[in-house]
Amino acid sequence: MVTLTGEEQAMLDGEQGPAVGKAMELLVRYAEALDAERFVETNNVAGVPGSSTPWLKDYYKQDGGDYRAVFSKFDLDSDEVIDVPRMNAYSCHLQGGMDPTLWAEQGMTEAAHDNFVSDEAQTAAHGIQILKTCTPYIAGNVPVMGEHCAWMESSAVVFCNSVIGGRTNCEGRESTSAAMLAKRVPDWGFHRDEYRLGQNKVDVRVPVEDVFDWGMLGYFVGDAVQDTIPVIEGPIAKASLIRHKHFGAAAASSGGVEMYHMVGITPEANTLERAFGANRAEQVFTYDAAERKRIYEMLNAVGNSTDVDYVMLGCPHYSIEQIAYAAHLIEGRKVSDKSALWVFTSRAVKATADANGYTKTLKDAGALLMTDTCSAISQAVPKGTRVAALDSAKQVHYLPAMMGIEGWYGTTEECIDAACTGTWKGELK
Amino acid sequence: MTVETLVKPDIVLTGRKVVGGVAEGEALVTRDTISGWGGVNAMTGTVIESRHELRGQSFAGKILVFPGAKGSSGWSAVFHMARLAGKAPLAMVFNVMTTKAALGSVVMRIPAVTDLDRDPLDLIETGDRVRVDGDRGTVEIWKAARSSIAP
Repeated sequence: MVTLTGEEQAMLDGEQGPAVGKAMELLVRYAEALDAERFVETNNVAGVPGSSTPWLKDYYKQDGGDYRAVFSKFDLDSDEVIDVPRMNAYSCHLQGGMDPTLWAEQGMTEAAHDNFVSDEAQTAAHGIQILKTCTPYIAGNVPVMGEHCAWMESSAVVFCNSVIGGRTNCEGRESTSAAMLAKRVPDWGFHRDEYRLGQNKVDVRVPVEDVFDWGMLGYFVGDAVQDTIPVIEGPIAKASLIRHKHFGAAAASSGGVEMYHMVGITPEANTLERAFGANRAEQVFTYDAAERKRIYEMLNAVGNSTDVDYVMLGCPHYSIEQIAYAAHLIEGRKVSDKSALWVFTSRAVKATADANGYTKTLKDAGALLMTDTCSAISQAVPKGTRVAALDSAKQVHYLPAMMGIEGWYGTTEECIDAACTGTWKGELK
Repeated sequence: MTVETLVKPDIVLTGRKVVGGVAEGEALVTRDTISGWGGVNAMTGTVIESRHELRGQSFAGKILVFPGAKGSSGWSAVFHMARLAGKAPLAMVFNVMTTKAALGSVVMRIPAVTDLDRDPLDLIETGDRVRVDGDRGTVEIWKAARSSIAP
């Protein structure tokens, strides 16, 4: 049984209004399902509150079919429709369904865009920050070590826990929306010290330096350890935000990694002993040249034709460093008329790209810099796409399967080259 | 054979409540973990993940027995949509507790149990009759093929 503080009991009793009461009710049901004994307070929540497809609004037609109905009945799983006030916690909206200006290029209808605009106005009116990204940590929401968060989005969750030392479980839509109102999440999983210790060991035997190799190592690690916590040791170099971003996204896709330790690199793993604590490695996996080749082939298993008609960069959303590099690579070149190049990022990062002229450089080359979403989230690819080239292990894991297309995994250089020539020439060096 | 032996379950497992309530129906069992977003079509309750052993099969109206939830944080929302579409399972029995499986069980409002004293994946087969009592944390099993049970 979950024990409530006086304030939590008062919230449950409706003393802070019916919406907070319903939010607390859902969180108590959730805490009991987890067998949590108490709640932790959070003031950092990232979710997809109230956003809905027309199908969901239509489903709640008799309840008004609006944001209020969806938030009450779906997000809070309430039987009644209630007034939803401004959120109490510092809250942000993660990625959404389309680019706010290039939606027609993405193949969205006017009706879908109207729905998007209306949801966004409601999100803003409820005090939820419109970050519209899978990378809140490079768009204005950077937790600190030890901070209790309630985040959705597996690639952001693994970054928060592993790289920052923030504390979040992989929350869902309903728990994040409720936490935005009640500022509570169950004290379970990654909020607790003992849960954050390593469970399996990965010995790296080949140098891992660039983003391409960090991504492949991440894909290997997830495939090996599934949803346990790996402790990774070996010649891993040039640790940086973008390398961790690609590593974590890959590990969360091929397995279900929500936290990893890299000895001497991540904050809760300054030594091997610290990373494992009282645990002992259940299994030891080795990443060597043969495994690196196996992972490369696995990621390219859905590539057959070398005629690339679509290149997508920005999974997870590109940082300004990556956009600058992509712009540098394509400057003076043109995207082939047989191909298309879409680059995805957050609105915050795009503002910097605009100021630096990168958006224009990309545009002059025939590429588009888009925000809010990606091809997998919005299921939007250029019309007629059959073969995509990607520099993200996560995107190559999802996109070809979702869209029934072929996919190649390679370096950013290889992808931009494919966009400019229409031909895939990637290889493992 | 007395009436009592006819209705007595072949196996009873005891575990812990995730969500209360009682449901009885036919089991659908898999040894593969299940993804929500990108792994399930909520409108039909069908598993769509490539290479999944339940690919193409629907859990709608079944007692879903599986190792646990995996994948995107959209898990609960996808299963929640399945409930709205009338395609949710009748109950869930699973081994590994995660925030995805917990929240998904809660918003589907179906009986769910975990932490059972024996592995349900070894003892329940697709087609068995199963009664899940979430409040008591029990799973009663009537084997579809009694002859298949080893003594």
